[in-house]
Amino acid sequence: MSIESAEPTPTGFLGWVDKRFPIMRVWNEHLAEYYAPKNMGFWSFFGSLALVVLVLQILTGVWLAMSYKPAATDAFASVEYIMRDVNWGWLLRYMHSTGASFFFILVYLHMFRGLLWGSYKNPRELLWIIGVLLYLAMMATAFFGYLLPWGQMSYWGAQVIVNLFSAVPGIGESLSTWVRGDYVISDATLNRFYAFHYLIPFLIAGLVFVHIVALHRVGSTNPDGIEIKKLKDAEGRPLDGIPFHPYYTVKDTVGIVVFAAIFSAVLFFAPDFGGLFLEAPNFQPADPLKTPVHIAPVWYFTPYYAMLRAIPPIAASQFPGVVVMFAAILIMFFLPWLDRSPVRSIRYKGILSKTFLGAFVVSFVVLAYLGMQPASDLHTLLARIFTGVYFAYFLLMPIYTKLEKTKPVPERVTT
Amino acid sequence: MRPSIIAIALLLLSPLAALASEEGPPLQDANIDLRDKASLQRGAKYFTNYCMGCHSLQYMRWNRMAEDIGIPDDELRTNLIFGDAKPGDLMTNALRPDDGVKWFGTAVPDLTLVTRWRTPDWVYTYLKSFYQDPTRPYGVNNLIFPKVGMPHALVNLQGLQEPVYAESHGVEAGAEPHIIGVKLTQPGSLSEEEYDNMVRDLTNFLTYVGEPIKLQRRTLGLYVLLFLGLMFIPAYFMKKEFWKDVH
Repeated sequence: MSIESAEPTPTGFLGWVDKRFPIMRVWNEHLAEYYAPKNMGFWSFFGSLALVVLVLQILTGVWLAMSYKPAATDAFASVEYIMRDVNWGWLLRYMHSTGASFFFILVYLHMFRGLLWGSYKNPRELLWIIGVLLYLAMMATAFFGYLLPWGQMSYWGAQVIVNLFSAVPGIGESLSTWVRGDYVISDATLNRFYAFHYLIPFLIAGLVFVHIVALHRVGSTNPDGIEIKKLKDAEGRPLDGIPFHPYYTVKDTVGIVVFAAIFSAVLFFAPDFGGLFLEAPNFQPADPLKTPVHIAPVWYFTPYYAMLRAIPPIAASQFPGVVVMFAAILIMFFLPWLDRSPVRSIRYKGILSKTFLGAFVVSFVVLAYLGMQPASDLHTLLARIFTGVYFAYFLLMPIYTKLEKTKPVPERVTT
Repeated sequence: MRPSIIAIALLLLSPLAALASEEGPPLQDANIDLRDKASLQRGAKYFTNYCMGCHSLQYMRWNRMAEDIGIPDDELRTNLIFGDAKPGDLMTNALRPDDGVKWFGTAVPDLTLVTRWRTPDWVYTYLKSFYQDPTRPYGVNNLIFPKVGMPHALVNLQGLQEPVYAESHGVEAGAEPHIIGVKLTQPGSLSEEEYDNMVRDLTNFLTYVGEPIKLQRRTLGLYVLLFLGLMFIPAYFMKKEFWKDVH
């Protein structure tokens, strides 16, 4: 089937619109004549799926907001009201809570794809940086949102995290009071967290737009890490490229159906996901006088939480742990300049890059597990070791990517 | 590629290992069945008679409960609802929180979600684990909830249990004896089997109350998965058709 390019001058209603808004140009530039590598394969699904889940989160979130009450006295009961008395409220709520966890799963896979393909390397540095900003915004909105059900884990999780600000030397105490709007997590905190939880998703949507504009400027990369724009046919089309629409739209449709099935299996049959997506203590209303025995953040934050606990305090201050935790995220901004390899994709990198990437994935998983467990001597030791491995992936990258022997990169993409 | 796929599989599975760690005495299997309406109705009866004087179900409505588990409206009004509550009201009671603190040393918890922050097995085991302990204000303690503030509300039915201690080999004198179980010493009005069944019905009812939509959610889930399975067929063949000339 051949793909004809769109009519140059549309008529009728479309023509009327196109004279006033460049609808055909936008359609062509970003879909019908946006050329993507033909060999993107399995790992290319997760970006578009993350976009689908973002839309799902915003839609279900707006509808939940119609019945949710952001007040310390009413919040917990209003969630149960949504679960019981609002028509299809249980479905909206479970979609939103399951969606939050799946959003992180998809984004972690999307980021891992970036590491595999070297998607952060020249000329895609800015695209990567916008992506890290998106990840930060996601973490912020997830953190604010987690307080809203006003359960025990919501309350004490927020208490622990906001207390981190008090570790900042000098201004710590007043800084954490300023964040909370009170001396403890309270109604005032809940109100402002609600405001931010509602606001940030729209910033995320804006950043996603910028992310896609940047992507379409530099072009999608692929498992070979080759620039398809280098080799073009007589009409200026990349030889290894195919138009995003219809090829990737039909492909992503299959991905969306498969993903929807996995998502629904969790949503309808295990919405708690064994206490990982909805934690059991959060079915008890927040009680400022009763600290839970074991406080742990939701699974997608636990790698950083494990690092925080692993770093020993200096002069009775937790500040070093806080610094390390934030450094673990901020170091991602520098990735494009840490990788000195002449090749992009892991396929053509040497054994050192492969080993370090593997160790990095293992350290992330192990830290995620440790962050859920109560602290013990063995756990702390392991957390320290794997925090070291995590940072070694980034900090030693300029050395090992330079040292290793890379394989020759082919001219054309392979399949 | 291969190692990365294995890594992803591990990433997705590893949190499940966290679920294996539990402490305290082993819980007994409640073995409940949410489709057993007779059991749920008995559970509702026991709850309103024995529990609701102190424990509310403040997020559950009387008529929703009755409709879901098949209790007719007149039965609900005459036998279950007490006071001047209306069928559309929430299942609250008249106990003031301050009185709870005064009488039991702690606020009496609402039980709507008890099977979700505990588990059904925990509730079932808890109701079977009261034992005689003269050091406690109400003369009873609980094996899986030490120093519990609640009296044994079902003592006339179950009877009274006494603790079974571990044999103390070489334990230093004066150390707390280690309780490993309980045994019934003064029988109540129900046999052990009858009491187990009663507690099972109560647990079943509380599990229903914890998530009234649970059964419908699963049924709907099957239809959704069936629909997506059918959707996959045209989506897959459309992709295949478009991609057949991409080499």
